[in-house]
Amino acid sequence: MTTIYDSAKRKHPAIEELVALWRYRDLIYQLVRRDIVARYKRSFLGVAWTMLNPLATMLIMVIVFSQVFNRAENYAAYVLTGVICWTMFSQSTNMAMSSMVWGSTLFKQIYVPRTAFVVSTILASMVNFILSLVPLAIVFAITGVSLKPSVLLLPIAMLFLFSFSLGVALLVSSIAVFFPDIADLYPVALTAWMYLTPIIMPLDFYRQILNGLLLYINPFYYVVNLFRILVLDGFVPHLQTWVATGVASFGILIIGWVFFSIRADKFAYHV
Amino acid sequence: MSNSLPFDSQTDNSVFLRDVSVHYRLPNEKIGTFKEYIIKLVKGQIKHSSFSALKKINLEIKKGEIFGVLGRNGAGKSTLLKVISRVLIPSEGRVWIKGRISPLLQLGAGFHPELTGRENIFLNATLLGHSHDEIEDKVEEIIAFSEVGNFIEAPLRTYSSGMQSRLGFAVATAWQPDILILDEVLSVGDVGFQQKCISRMANFRDSGATVIMVTHSVEQIRTICSRAMWLDRGEIQLLSDANTVCDIYKTALTG
Repeated sequence: MTTIYDSAKRKHPAIEELVALWRYRDLIYQLVRRDIVARYKRSFLGVAWTMLNPLATMLIMVIVFSQVFNRAENYAAYVLTGVICWTMFSQSTNMAMSSMVWGSTLFKQIYVPRTAFVVSTILASMVNFILSLVPLAIVFAITGVSLKPSVLLLPIAMLFLFSFSLGVALLVSSIAVFFPDIADLYPVALTAWMYLTPIIMPLDFYRQILNGLLLYINPFYYVVNLFRILVLDGFVPHLQTWVATGVASFGILIIGWVFFSIRADKFAYHV
Repeated sequence: MSNSLPFDSQTDNSVFLRDVSVHYRLPNEKIGTFKEYIIKLVKGQIKHSSFSALKKINLEIKKGEIFGVLGRNGAGKSTLLKVISRVLIPSEGRVWIKGRISPLLQLGAGFHPELTGRENIFLNATLLGHSHDEIEDKVEEIIAFSEVGNFIEAPLRTYSSGMQSRLGFAVATAWQPDILILDEVLSVGDVGFQQKCISRMANFRDSGATVIMVTHSVEQIRTICSRAMWLDRGEIQLLSDANTVCDIYKTALTG
């Protein structure tokens, strides 16, 4: 089949980008593989680090949060679930920005679907996130947290976490192409965001502020809240919780995708 | 009218440009940071001037033609190639391309130092738009052509720069393109390897690929190309057979 490219016959950039990404799905696989393999290749323990590293971090946190902050029951487990979700979100969006810097040298030379680098970075982080669920389960077993059947719905919550991270990553990395200092400002914003989200501090603390307004306007709260309901509280939440989380995460994804695709034509213009 | 094919199906063009312009918007002073941008934006101090790298270019390149582009630095040659290879969407006008374009990546672009040569072949070739199966079919041939030998299972950081560029070239030219783009002449590896590259290019040409060549060297265009174009300040100065363009360009240069 002869491929024909016609600059006058283009669909909406957001749709075109989606079609192109599907066509380049083997590239996504290669990039995800590269991210995972390259990270651990030179380390002695290899891929075992993906699990040992979070396991060690989690054990330290369990000790700190159950001994130093001797609060409610399961407080360590509460912190851990929050921290792994937040780590996934903050690390993946940060890494997406640097992958765009690497990618932008390529964008100026060849045609590649420009979302490819961001999507693959978030997917690679998602693989790491799934691997870190193993040490989480180990820590839960040690500290005596029992899991209920509701954890079987976790894949849906993970899909929400993925969409949300991808949406934010697309937004920040499309700005970072034009302004490299976003890479320095973004972590600062993330730190502020983390303290506005019930990750480390208990939920009650946030409920008291402005009648919980801080929670309801924070899209990441919905994502982390759903995780905790499924893993810690062990029940299946109301439909409205699912809908709110879905709207928050897919909404951000759609906004990010459209914004990125529209800006993407300008990437090569930015010399 | 504007949606109809730019030419009838009888003619066998592979590249068609109609009224193509590319305008870069340059800020009057370089604004490097977001903070600076916001401050300037609030103060209303952001002014842009427009720079046109290409102005209303009309061009047709036929299938199987070897087409040369001459011009000084900043004449718009690279921008023209970017527009043809789909990297840059033109600000105005229409670009119509039929067939697969071979892009040649710069040395080391698209490689990862920690991955082995073989893994890098897969990474690099998927970046060029090839599928996993297509690469499986060609991987041994690529390894043989690149002459890296046993190093293929070693991480790329252990490669010499010559080995890296040989591998890159082998990947980029493993598939027969419909349109071959050559930006400046290949200066890859030793003389023996260069000879191999040139004969591979000749093979592509002989089997009907369109070749678009950009270079400073007038003599190269004269010997290889059939038709040529002289580009200056984003405009076509002359579009004719290679000899005529080379003669006039040379006279213009020497004054």
